[in-house]
Amino acid sequence: MLATGVVGAVEDPWIRWSWISGHADIIVAALVQHIQLTLIAVLVGLAIAVPLGLVAWRSRLFRGPIFSLTGILYTIPSLALFSLLLPFTGLTIWTAEIGLVGYTLLILVRNIVVGLNAVPDEVREAARGMGFRPLAELARVDLPLAFPAIIAGVRIATVTTIGLVTVTALIGEGGLGSLIYDGLLRDFKTPLVVGTVLCVALAVMSDLGLAGLQRVVTPWARSRAVP
Amino acid sequence: MGEKSGGAMSFFGQVIQWFQNPAHWQGDAGIPHRTFEHLLMSGASVLTAALIALPIGIAVGHYGRGGIIAINVSNVGRAIPSFAVLVLAAKLFGFVSGPKVLGFGAVPAFVALVALAIPPMVTNSYIGMREVDRDVREAAHGMGMRERAVLFRVELPIAMPFIMAGIRTSAVVAWGGLGRFILDGFGLQDYPMLFAGAVMVAVLSLIVEFSLAGVQRLSTPAGLRPSKTTQKEEPLGSSLDTAAVAA
Repeated sequence: MLATGVVGAVEDPWIRWSWISGHADIIVAALVQHIQLTLIAVLVGLAIAVPLGLVAWRSRLFRGPIFSLTGILYTIPSLALFSLLLPFTGLTIWTAEIGLVGYTLLILVRNIVVGLNAVPDEVREAARGMGFRPLAELARVDLPLAFPAIIAGVRIATVTTIGLVTVTALIGEGGLGSLIYDGLLRDFKTPLVVGTVLCVALAVMSDLGLAGLQRVVTPWARSRAVP
Repeated sequence: MGEKSGGAMSFFGQVIQWFQNPAHWQGDAGIPHRTFEHLLMSGASVLTAALIALPIGIAVGHYGRGGIIAINVSNVGRAIPSFAVLVLAAKLFGFVSGPKVLGFGAVPAFVALVALAIPPMVTNSYIGMREVDRDVREAAHGMGMRERAVLFRVELPIAMPFIMAGIRTSAVVAWGGLGRFILDGFGLQDYPMLFAGAVMVAVLSLIVEFSLAGVQRLSTPAGLRPSKTTQKEEPLGSSLDTAAVAA
Protein backbone atom coordinates (compact mmCIF):
# COMPACT_ATOMS: atom_id res chain seq x y z
CA MET A 1 0.00 0.00 0.00
CA LEU A 2 2.31 2.71 -1.24
CA ALA A 3 0.98 6.22 -1.27
CA THR A 4 3.08 7.15 -4.27
CA GLY A 5 0.73 9.85 -5.46
CA VAL A 6 1.00 11.90 -2.29
CA VAL A 7 3.93 14.28 -2.45
CA GLY A 8 4.93 16.13 0.68
CA ALA A 9 1.48 15.62 2.15
CA VAL A 10 0.65 14.41 5.60
CA GLU A 11 0.07 10.65 5.72
CA ASP A 12 -3.53 10.06 4.63
CA PRO A 13 -5.01 7.23 6.71
CA TRP A 14 -7.80 5.02 5.35
CA ILE A 15 -10.15 6.36 7.99
CA ARG A 16 -9.91 9.69 9.75
CA TRP A 17 -12.47 9.43 12.51
CA SER A 18 -12.44 13.16 13.26
CA TRP A 19 -13.66 13.85 9.70
CA ILE A 20 -16.56 11.47 10.19
CA SER A 21 -17.71 13.01 13.46
CA GLY A 22 -17.32 16.49 12.01
CA HIS A 23 -19.32 15.71 8.87
CA ALA A 24 -22.08 13.50 10.24
CA ASP A 25 -24.73 15.76 8.69
CA ILE A 26 -23.26 15.43 5.20
CA ILE A 27 -22.92 11.68 5.56
CA VAL A 28 -26.49 11.26 6.75
CA ALA A 29 -27.79 13.51 3.95
CA ALA A 30 -25.88 11.44 1.37
CA LEU A 31 -27.26 8.22 2.83
CA VAL A 32 -30.82 9.59 2.79
CA GLN A 33 -30.45 10.75 -0.83
CA HIS A 34 -29.05 7.34 -1.74
CA ILE A 35 -32.08 5.61 -0.25
CA GLN A 36 -34.44 8.04 -2.00
CA LEU A 37 -32.82 7.56 -5.41
CA THR A 38 -32.90 3.79 -4.98
CA LEU A 39 -36.52 3.70 -3.75
CA ILE A 40 -37.78 5.86 -6.61
CA ALA A 41 -35.91 3.77 -9.18
CA VAL A 42 -37.11 0.40 -7.87
CA LEU A 43 -40.73 1.53 -7.33
CA VAL A 44 -41.03 3.23 -10.73
CA GLY A 45 -39.24 0.23 -12.23
CA LEU A 46 -41.82 -2.09 -10.68
CA ALA A 47 -44.70 0.08 -11.84
CA ILE A 48 -43.43 -0.25 -15.41
CA ALA A 49 -42.19 -3.84 -15.15
CA VAL A 50 -45.42 -5.41 -13.85
CA PRO A 51 -47.55 -4.47 -16.88
CA LEU A 52 -44.63 -5.20 -19.22
CA GLY A 53 -44.10 -8.55 -17.54
CA LEU A 54 -47.79 -9.43 -17.81
CA VAL A 55 -47.81 -8.54 -21.51
CA ALA A 56 -44.61 -10.51 -22.13
CA TRP A 57 -46.07 -13.47 -20.25
CA ARG A 58 -49.38 -13.49 -22.11
CA SER A 59 -48.31 -12.49 -25.58
CA ARG A 60 -45.71 -14.40 -27.56
CA LEU A 61 -45.71 -11.53 -30.05
CA PHE A 62 -44.51 -8.90 -27.56
CA ARG A 63 -42.25 -11.12 -25.48
CA GLY A 64 -39.32 -10.99 -27.89
CA PRO A 65 -39.29 -7.21 -28.34
CA ILE A 66 -39.78 -6.57 -24.62
CA PHE A 67 -36.86 -8.79 -23.68
CA SER A 68 -34.66 -7.41 -26.45
CA LEU A 69 -35.35 -3.81 -25.51
CA THR A 70 -34.82 -4.24 -21.77
CA GLY A 71 -31.79 -6.40 -22.54
CA ILE A 72 -30.25 -3.67 -24.65
CA LEU A 73 -30.85 -1.13 -21.87
CA TYR A 74 -29.20 -3.50 -19.42
CA THR A 75 -26.20 -4.08 -21.68
CA ILE A 76 -25.26 -0.44 -22.10
CA PRO A 77 -22.68 0.45 -19.44
CA SER A 78 -24.00 2.82 -16.79
CA LEU A 79 -21.62 5.67 -17.51
CA ALA A 80 -22.54 5.59 -21.20
CA LEU A 81 -26.28 5.43 -20.52
CA PHE A 82 -26.19 8.43 -18.19
CA SER A 83 -24.06 10.28 -20.74
CA LEU A 84 -26.56 9.54 -23.51
CA LEU A 85 -29.31 11.13 -21.43
CA LEU A 86 -27.28 14.08 -20.19
CA PRO A 87 -27.65 16.37 -23.22
CA PHE A 88 -31.44 16.05 -23.04
CA THR A 89 -32.25 16.01 -19.36
CA GLY A 90 -29.18 17.88 -18.10
CA LEU A 91 -27.71 17.65 -14.62
CA THR A 92 -31.03 16.79 -13.03
CA ILE A 93 -32.55 13.94 -11.09
CA TRP A 94 -34.30 12.88 -14.33
CA THR A 95 -31.05 11.79 -15.93
CA ALA A 96 -30.23 9.70 -12.89
CA GLU A 97 -33.68 8.16 -12.49
CA ILE A 98 -34.34 7.37 -16.15
CA GLY A 99 -31.05 5.50 -16.27
CA LEU A 100 -31.57 3.72 -12.96
CA VAL A 101 -35.13 2.69 -13.83
CA GLY A 102 -33.86 1.40 -17.18
CA TYR A 103 -31.48 -0.96 -15.44
CA THR A 104 -34.14 -2.43 -13.13
CA LEU A 105 -36.49 -3.30 -16.02
CA LEU A 106 -34.73 -6.37 -17.43
CA ILE A 107 -34.25 -7.92 -14.00
CA LEU A 108 -37.83 -7.26 -12.88
CA VAL A 109 -39.58 -8.20 -16.13
CA ARG A 110 -37.60 -11.43 -16.47
CA ASN A 111 -38.31 -12.54 -12.95
CA ILE A 112 -42.00 -11.68 -13.27
CA VAL A 113 -42.27 -13.76 -16.44
CA VAL A 114 -40.19 -16.63 -15.04
CA GLY A 115 -42.31 -16.61 -11.86
CA LEU A 116 -45.60 -16.60 -13.76
CA ASN A 117 -44.42 -19.29 -16.17
CA ALA A 118 -43.58 -21.50 -13.21
CA VAL A 119 -47.21 -21.57 -12.02
CA PRO A 120 -48.35 -25.13 -12.75
CA ASP A 121 -51.06 -25.47 -15.38
CA GLU A 122 -53.07 -27.77 -13.09
CA VAL A 123 -53.26 -25.04 -10.45
CA ARG A 124 -54.48 -22.57 -13.03
CA GLU A 125 -57.04 -25.04 -14.35
CA ALA A 126 -58.23 -25.78 -10.84
CA ALA A 127 -58.71 -22.06 -10.27
CA ARG A 128 -60.69 -21.77 -13.47
CA GLY A 129 -62.72 -24.80 -12.50
CA MET A 130 -63.54 -23.15 -9.19
CA GLY A 131 -65.04 -20.29 -11.19
CA PHE A 132 -62.27 -17.70 -10.92
CA ARG A 133 -62.52 -15.00 -13.54
CA PRO A 134 -59.26 -14.16 -15.38
CA LEU A 135 -58.52 -11.06 -13.28
CA ALA A 136 -59.26 -12.85 -10.01
CA GLU A 137 -57.15 -15.78 -11.11
CA LEU A 138 -54.28 -13.43 -11.86
CA ALA A 139 -54.57 -11.54 -8.58
CA ARG A 140 -55.29 -14.47 -6.28
CA VAL A 141 -53.50 -17.41 -7.90
CA ASP A 142 -50.86 -16.48 -10.47
CA LEU A 143 -49.28 -13.44 -8.85
CA PRO A 144 -49.12 -14.88 -5.31
CA LEU A 145 -47.48 -18.05 -6.63
CA ALA A 146 -45.04 -15.98 -8.69
CA PHE A 147 -44.28 -13.78 -5.70
CA PRO A 148 -41.06 -15.50 -4.56
CA ALA A 149 -39.52 -15.07 -8.01
CA ILE A 150 -40.77 -11.47 -8.23
CA ILE A 151 -39.31 -10.61 -4.82
CA ALA A 152 -36.06 -12.29 -5.84
CA GLY A 153 -36.04 -9.91 -8.83
CA VAL A 154 -36.75 -6.94 -6.58
CA ARG A 155 -33.83 -7.98 -4.37
CA ILE A 156 -31.41 -8.15 -7.29
CA ALA A 157 -32.75 -4.90 -8.75
CA THR A 158 -32.43 -3.12 -5.40
CA VAL A 159 -28.89 -4.27 -4.74
CA THR A 160 -27.84 -3.45 -8.30
CA THR A 161 -29.46 -0.02 -8.10
CA ILE A 162 -27.74 0.78 -4.80
CA GLY A 163 -24.42 0.12 -6.51
CA LEU A 164 -25.36 2.09 -9.63
CA VAL A 165 -26.57 5.16 -7.75
CA THR A 166 -22.94 5.95 -6.92
CA VAL A 167 -22.20 6.46 -10.62
CA THR A 168 -24.77 9.25 -10.74
CA ALA A 169 -22.36 11.29 -8.61
CA LEU A 170 -20.76 12.23 -11.93
CA ILE A 171 -23.98 13.92 -13.01
CA GLY A 172 -24.41 15.79 -9.76
CA GLU A 173 -26.62 13.35 -7.84
CA GLY A 174 -25.09 10.26 -6.36
CA GLY A 175 -26.06 9.91 -2.69
CA LEU A 176 -23.13 8.08 -1.14
CA GLY A 177 -21.42 8.27 -4.52
CA SER A 178 -20.94 11.99 -3.92
CA LEU A 179 -18.78 11.08 -0.90
CA ILE A 180 -16.75 8.70 -3.06
CA TYR A 181 -16.41 11.34 -5.77
CA ASP A 182 -15.43 13.94 -3.17
CA GLY A 183 -12.72 11.62 -1.84
CA LEU A 184 -11.46 11.12 -5.38
CA LEU A 185 -11.35 14.82 -6.26
CA ARG A 186 -9.62 15.83 -3.02
CA ASP A 187 -7.36 12.77 -2.92
CA PHE A 188 -8.65 12.06 0.58
CA LYS A 189 -9.45 8.46 1.50
CA THR A 190 -11.88 8.85 4.40
CA PRO A 191 -15.04 9.92 2.49
CA LEU A 192 -14.24 7.32 -0.13
CA VAL A 193 -14.10 4.52 2.43
CA VAL A 194 -17.16 5.82 4.30
CA GLY A 195 -19.18 6.03 1.07
CA THR A 196 -18.20 2.55 -0.07
CA VAL A 197 -18.75 0.85 3.28
CA LEU A 198 -22.14 2.49 3.82
CA CYS A 199 -23.16 1.60 0.27
CA VAL A 200 -22.35 -2.09 0.74
CA ALA A 201 -23.96 -2.10 4.20
CA LEU A 202 -27.11 -0.53 2.77
CA ALA A 203 -27.23 -3.15 0.02
CA VAL A 204 -26.76 -6.05 2.42
CA MET A 205 -29.42 -4.72 4.80
CA SER A 206 -31.93 -4.12 2.00
CA ASP A 207 -31.30 -7.60 0.67
CA LEU A 208 -31.82 -9.17 4.09
CA GLY A 209 -34.90 -7.02 4.68
CA LEU A 210 -36.49 -8.07 1.40
CA ALA A 211 -35.58 -11.70 2.04
CA GLY A 212 -37.38 -11.40 5.38
CA LEU A 213 -40.41 -9.84 3.66
CA GLN A 214 -40.46 -12.71 1.20
CA ARG A 215 -40.55 -15.25 4.04
CA VAL A 216 -43.34 -13.42 5.83
CA VAL A 217 -45.51 -12.96 2.74
CA THR A 218 -45.07 -16.44 1.26
CA PRO A 219 -45.27 -18.81 4.23
CA TRP A 220 -45.94 -21.78 1.94
CA ALA A 221 -42.56 -21.40 0.25
CA ARG A 222 -40.59 -21.62 3.49
CA SER A 223 -40.27 -25.36 3.72
CA ARG A 224 -38.99 -25.92 0.21
CA ALA A 225 -36.50 -24.09 -1.97
CA VAL A 226 -37.91 -21.72 -4.54
CA PRO A 227 -38.10 -23.62 -7.85
CA MET B 1 -31.96 25.81 -22.39
CA GLY B 2 -34.82 27.90 -23.76
CA GLU B 3 -34.85 26.71 -27.38
CA LYS B 4 -35.09 23.03 -26.55
CA SER B 5 -36.27 21.60 -29.85
CA GLY B 6 -34.00 23.72 -32.02
CA GLY B 7 -31.19 23.04 -29.59
CA ALA B 8 -31.61 19.31 -29.91
CA MET B 9 -31.37 19.50 -33.70
CA SER B 10 -28.18 21.50 -33.67
CA PHE B 11 -26.89 19.27 -30.91
CA PHE B 12 -27.08 16.20 -33.14
CA GLY B 13 -25.46 18.29 -35.85
CA GLN B 14 -22.60 18.97 -33.46
CA VAL B 15 -22.29 15.28 -32.65
CA ILE B 16 -22.15 14.41 -36.35
CA GLN B 17 -19.58 17.15 -36.87
CA TRP B 18 -17.56 15.69 -34.04
CA PHE B 19 -17.53 12.32 -35.75
CA GLN B 20 -16.63 13.92 -39.09
CA ASN B 21 -13.67 15.81 -37.67
CA PRO B 22 -10.62 13.95 -39.09
CA ALA B 23 -8.58 14.96 -36.03
CA HIS B 24 -10.71 12.61 -33.96
CA TRP B 25 -9.66 9.65 -36.07
CA GLN B 26 -5.90 10.04 -35.79
CA GLY B 27 -3.18 9.35 -33.26
CA ASP B 28 -3.21 8.01 -29.74
CA ALA B 29 -6.30 9.99 -28.78
CA GLY B 30 -8.18 8.99 -31.94
CA ILE B 31 -11.20 6.74 -32.20
CA PRO B 32 -9.45 3.70 -33.78
CA HIS B 33 -6.64 3.68 -31.22
CA ARG B 34 -9.03 4.03 -28.30
CA THR B 35 -11.36 1.37 -29.65
CA PHE B 36 -8.36 -0.95 -29.83
CA GLU B 37 -7.40 0.04 -26.27
CA HIS B 38 -10.95 -0.56 -25.15
CA LEU B 39 -11.13 -4.04 -26.65
CA LEU B 40 -7.64 -4.94 -25.44
CA MET B 41 -8.41 -3.81 -21.91
CA SER B 42 -11.80 -5.56 -21.78
CA GLY B 43 -10.41 -8.73 -23.33
CA ALA B 44 -7.38 -8.89 -21.05
CA SER B 45 -9.36 -8.23 -17.89
CA VAL B 46 -12.13 -10.71 -18.76
CA LEU B 47 -9.54 -13.37 -19.60
CA THR B 48 -7.63 -12.78 -16.37
CA ALA B 49 -10.84 -12.84 -14.36
CA ALA B 50 -11.90 -16.06 -16.10
CA LEU B 51 -8.56 -17.69 -15.25
CA ILE B 52 -9.16 -16.88 -11.59
CA ALA B 53 -12.94 -17.28 -11.33
CA LEU B 54 -13.78 -20.32 -13.46
CA PRO B 55 -11.53 -22.83 -11.63
CA ILE B 56 -13.00 -21.65 -8.32
CA GLY B 57 -16.61 -21.81 -9.48
CA ILE B 58 -16.17 -25.14 -11.28
CA ALA B 59 -14.31 -26.73 -8.36
CA VAL B 60 -16.88 -25.52 -5.85
CA GLY B 61 -19.68 -26.76 -8.09
CA HIS B 62 -18.03 -30.11 -8.78
CA TYR B 63 -17.33 -30.93 -5.15
CA GLY B 64 -20.53 -29.29 -3.94
CA ARG B 65 -18.93 -27.56 -0.99
CA GLY B 66 -18.74 -23.87 -0.17
CA GLY B 67 -21.70 -23.00 -2.39
CA ILE B 68 -23.26 -20.62 0.12
CA ILE B 69 -20.00 -18.68 0.23
CA ALA B 70 -19.82 -18.49 -3.57
CA ILE B 71 -23.38 -17.15 -3.81
CA ASN B 72 -22.93 -14.64 -1.00
CA VAL B 73 -19.65 -13.34 -2.34
CA SER B 74 -21.38 -12.69 -5.64
CA ASN B 75 -24.35 -10.98 -3.96
CA VAL B 76 -22.07 -8.61 -2.08
CA GLY B 77 -20.06 -8.21 -5.27
CA ARG B 78 -23.18 -6.86 -6.96
CA ALA B 79 -23.50 -4.28 -4.21
CA ILE B 80 -19.95 -2.98 -4.32
CA PRO B 81 -20.12 0.08 -6.54
CA SER B 82 -17.94 -0.26 -9.63
CA PHE B 83 -17.17 3.40 -9.27
CA ALA B 84 -15.72 2.84 -5.79
CA VAL B 85 -13.68 -0.17 -6.95
CA LEU B 86 -12.14 1.93 -9.69
CA VAL B 87 -11.38 4.83 -7.37
CA LEU B 88 -9.93 2.51 -4.71
CA ALA B 89 -7.78 0.76 -7.31
CA ALA B 90 -6.58 4.17 -8.46
CA LYS B 91 -5.75 5.04 -4.85
CA LEU B 92 -3.77 1.83 -4.43
CA PHE B 93 -1.96 1.84 -7.73
CA GLY B 94 -1.65 5.53 -8.38
CA PHE B 95 -3.16 7.98 -10.83
CA VAL B 96 -1.63 8.61 -14.18
CA SER B 97 -2.87 12.12 -14.62
CA GLY B 98 -4.18 14.50 -12.02
CA PRO B 99 -7.34 13.56 -10.15
CA LYS B 100 -9.20 16.56 -11.59
CA VAL B 101 -9.17 15.07 -15.08
CA LEU B 102 -10.42 11.74 -13.75
CA GLY B 103 -7.73 10.03 -15.78
CA PHE B 104 -7.37 6.53 -14.44
CA GLY B 105 -4.20 4.70 -15.31
CA ALA B 106 -4.24 1.41 -17.15
CA VAL B 107 -3.19 -0.62 -14.11
CA PRO B 108 -5.93 0.52 -11.71
CA ALA B 109 -8.54 0.19 -14.43
CA PHE B 110 -7.34 -3.33 -15.20
CA VAL B 111 -7.37 -4.34 -11.52
CA ALA B 112 -10.83 -2.86 -11.05
CA LEU B 113 -12.22 -4.60 -14.14
CA VAL B 114 -10.80 -7.96 -13.05
CA ALA B 115 -12.17 -7.51 -9.54
CA LEU B 116 -15.62 -6.63 -10.89
CA ALA B 117 -15.69 -9.50 -13.37
CA ILE B 118 -14.83 -12.27 -10.93
CA PRO B 119 -18.05 -12.49 -8.81
CA PRO B 120 -20.56 -13.08 -11.64
CA MET B 121 -18.24 -15.63 -13.23
CA VAL B 122 -17.82 -17.57 -9.99
CA THR B 123 -21.55 -17.70 -9.33
CA ASN B 124 -22.51 -18.61 -12.86
CA SER B 125 -19.97 -21.37 -13.21
CA TYR B 126 -20.95 -22.66 -9.77
CA ILE B 127 -24.67 -22.58 -10.58
CA GLY B 128 -24.03 -24.13 -13.98
CA MET B 129 -22.23 -27.04 -12.35
CA ARG B 130 -24.94 -27.48 -9.71
CA GLU B 131 -27.63 -27.44 -12.37
CA VAL B 132 -26.23 -30.61 -13.88
CA ASP B 133 -28.77 -33.31 -13.16
CA ARG B 134 -27.72 -35.68 -10.38
CA ASP B 135 -29.00 -38.61 -12.43
CA VAL B 136 -26.88 -37.61 -15.40
CA ARG B 137 -23.84 -37.52 -13.15
CA GLU B 138 -24.67 -40.91 -11.69
CA ALA B 139 -25.29 -42.37 -15.13
CA ALA B 140 -21.85 -41.15 -16.17
CA HIS B 141 -20.31 -42.79 -13.14
CA GLY B 142 -22.31 -45.94 -13.82
CA MET B 143 -20.96 -46.05 -17.36
CA GLY B 144 -17.53 -46.31 -15.81
CA MET B 145 -16.40 -42.75 -16.43
CA ARG B 146 -13.71 -41.54 -14.12
CA GLU B 147 -14.11 -38.39 -12.07
CA ARG B 148 -12.09 -36.39 -14.57
CA ALA B 149 -14.12 -37.64 -17.52
CA VAL B 150 -17.36 -36.87 -15.69
CA LEU B 151 -16.13 -33.33 -15.12
CA PHE B 152 -14.82 -32.63 -18.61
CA ARG B 153 -17.17 -34.70 -20.76
CA VAL B 154 -20.45 -34.42 -18.89
CA GLU B 155 -20.61 -31.61 -16.34
CA LEU B 156 -18.67 -28.90 -18.17
CA PRO B 157 -20.53 -29.18 -21.49
CA ILE B 158 -23.87 -29.01 -19.71
CA ALA B 159 -22.71 -26.10 -17.54
CA MET B 160 -21.23 -24.23 -20.50
CA PRO B 161 -24.22 -21.97 -21.27
CA PHE B 162 -24.21 -20.69 -17.70
CA ILE B 163 -20.46 -20.22 -17.66
CA MET B 164 -20.64 -18.28 -20.91
CA ALA B 165 -23.53 -16.21 -19.56
CA GLY B 166 -21.31 -15.20 -16.65
CA ILE B 167 -18.55 -14.16 -19.01
CA ARG B 168 -21.01 -12.14 -21.08
CA THR B 169 -22.19 -10.28 -18.00
CA SER B 170 -18.63 -9.35 -17.17
CA ALA B 171 -17.59 -8.37 -20.66
CA VAL B 172 -19.90 -5.39 -20.92
CA VAL B 173 -18.33 -3.37 -18.13
CA ALA B 174 -16.70 -0.36 -19.72
CA TRP B 175 -14.20 2.15 -18.48
CA GLY B 176 -11.05 3.48 -20.10
CA GLY B 177 -10.44 3.27 -23.83
CA LEU B 178 -13.50 4.85 -25.44
CA GLY B 179 -14.62 5.80 -21.94
CA ARG B 180 -11.99 8.54 -22.10
CA PHE B 181 -14.19 10.48 -24.53
CA ILE B 182 -16.98 10.36 -21.95
CA LEU B 183 -14.76 11.36 -19.03
CA ASP B 184 -13.04 14.11 -21.01
CA GLY B 185 -16.43 15.24 -22.28
CA PHE B 186 -17.52 15.62 -18.67
CA GLY B 187 -14.31 17.40 -17.71
CA LEU B 188 -14.40 19.85 -20.62
CA GLN B 189 -18.20 20.23 -20.60
CA ASP B 190 -17.99 19.17 -24.23
CA TYR B 191 -21.40 17.54 -24.64
CA PRO B 192 -21.04 16.50 -28.30
CA MET B 193 -17.83 14.64 -27.41
CA LEU B 194 -19.48 13.12 -24.34
CA PHE B 195 -22.46 11.97 -26.38
CA ALA B 196 -20.29 10.60 -29.20
CA GLY B 197 -18.21 8.66 -26.67
CA ALA B 198 -21.31 7.27 -25.01
CA VAL B 199 -22.75 6.18 -28.36
CA MET B 200 -19.53 4.37 -29.26
CA VAL B 201 -19.28 2.63 -25.87
CA ALA B 202 -22.92 1.59 -26.06
CA VAL B 203 -22.64 0.27 -29.61
CA LEU B 204 -19.41 -1.59 -28.88
CA SER B 205 -20.92 -3.17 -25.77
CA LEU B 206 -23.93 -4.34 -27.74
CA ILE B 207 -21.73 -5.80 -30.49
CA VAL B 208 -19.65 -7.68 -27.90
CA GLU B 209 -22.80 -8.87 -26.14
CA PHE B 210 -24.35 -10.19 -29.35
CA SER B 211 -21.14 -11.90 -30.49
CA LEU B 212 -20.77 -13.58 -27.12
CA ALA B 213 -24.41 -14.63 -27.25
CA GLY B 214 -23.52 -16.38 -30.50
CA VAL B 215 -20.51 -18.05 -28.87
CA GLN B 216 -22.73 -19.13 -26.00
CA ARG B 217 -25.19 -20.72 -28.40
CA LEU B 218 -22.39 -22.51 -30.24
CA SER B 219 -20.85 -23.73 -26.99
CA THR B 220 -24.14 -25.30 -25.93
CA PRO B 221 -24.29 -29.03 -26.73
CA ALA B 222 -26.71 -29.61 -29.59
CA GLY B 223 -29.04 -31.71 -27.46
CA LEU B 224 -29.45 -28.92 -24.95
CA ARG B 225 -30.20 -26.11 -27.38
CA PRO B 226 -33.68 -24.74 -26.90
CA SER B 227 -35.86 -26.05 -29.68
CA LYS B 228 -38.55 -23.91 -31.24
CA THR B 229 -41.28 -25.79 -29.50
CA THR B 230 -39.98 -25.47 -25.93
CA GLN B 231 -41.05 -22.39 -24.06
CA LYS B 232 -37.90 -22.04 -22.02
CA GLU B 233 -35.85 -18.90 -22.57
CA GLU B 234 -32.09 -19.06 -22.58
CA PRO B 235 -30.34 -17.33 -19.70
CA LEU B 236 -30.14 -13.87 -21.21
CA GLY B 237 -27.07 -11.83 -20.44
CA SER B 238 -26.73 -12.85 -16.85
CA SER B 239 -27.68 -15.30 -14.19
CA LEU B 240 -31.03 -13.66 -13.61
CA ASP B 241 -33.12 -16.79 -13.66
CA THR B 242 -30.53 -18.64 -11.72
CA ALA B 243 -30.10 -15.72 -9.35
CA ALA B 244 -33.80 -15.98 -8.70
CA VAL B 245 -33.21 -19.59 -7.79
CA ALA B 246 -30.31 -18.70 -5.58
CA ALA B 247 -32.13 -15.94 -3.75
